[in-house]
Amino acid sequence: MSADFVSLVLGRWLHILAGVMWIGLLYYFNFVQVDALKAAAADEPPSGAGISRHVAPRALFYFRYAALVTVLAGFMIMGPRTMDVLTFHPPYIGLGIGVWLGLIMFVNVWVVIWPNQKKVLGLVAASDDEKARARRTAFLASRTNTMLSMPLLLFMSTSYTLHRPLFGG
Amino acid sequence: MKWNPLDTLWGTVIAGLVLTVVLYLLARSMAGAP
Repeated sequence: MSADFVSLVLGRWLHILAGVMWIGLLYYFNFVQVDALKAAAADEPPSGAGISRHVAPRALFYFRYAALVTVLAGFMIMGPRTMDVLTFHPPYIGLGIGVWLGLIMFVNVWVVIWPNQKKVLGLVAASDDEKARARRTAFLASRTNTMLSMPLLLFMSTSYTLHRPLFGG
Repeated sequence: MKWNPLDTLWGTVIAGLVLTVVLYLLARSMAGAP
């Protein structure tokens, strides 16, 4: 298997496959589940238990491992150009911004969202007060990732078509 | 509680659009584009 095959075919395919799952589930949480749970909590009696118990843990599993595969496949694509990209060396200025946004989002998933969601879902012991704080922290981190995904997708999707004409290099 | 654009979905989307424009202009500036 040649290095070009790993970088240009396998890495790119895995990156897009996992990235669609990661960002798709991020948008599911933010565009669908948050408001659905609010509406379910207002039902009499509250009807959101099924979502919290059966949907959210499965969605979070694929969400966090899709994030991991996306990042690893991203490094497969960059290969020996990784340092040039991470240090914004031309022509990788735009791509470098996209990669750093992705890395911030990845850390957010594993270091902020997942540990707090474990408390919210009752997978680790937490008082009601701790659960309320964890819910707020995970919510804001998830919304931050939704916000960051917008420039991320611009810089990633244009990395080969527009970077040189737009950004020079 | 202080107002936070991330509390609403559309506040989040607008913040994302603004950040996209800011980072796009920053990238152009870093690349020395006119």
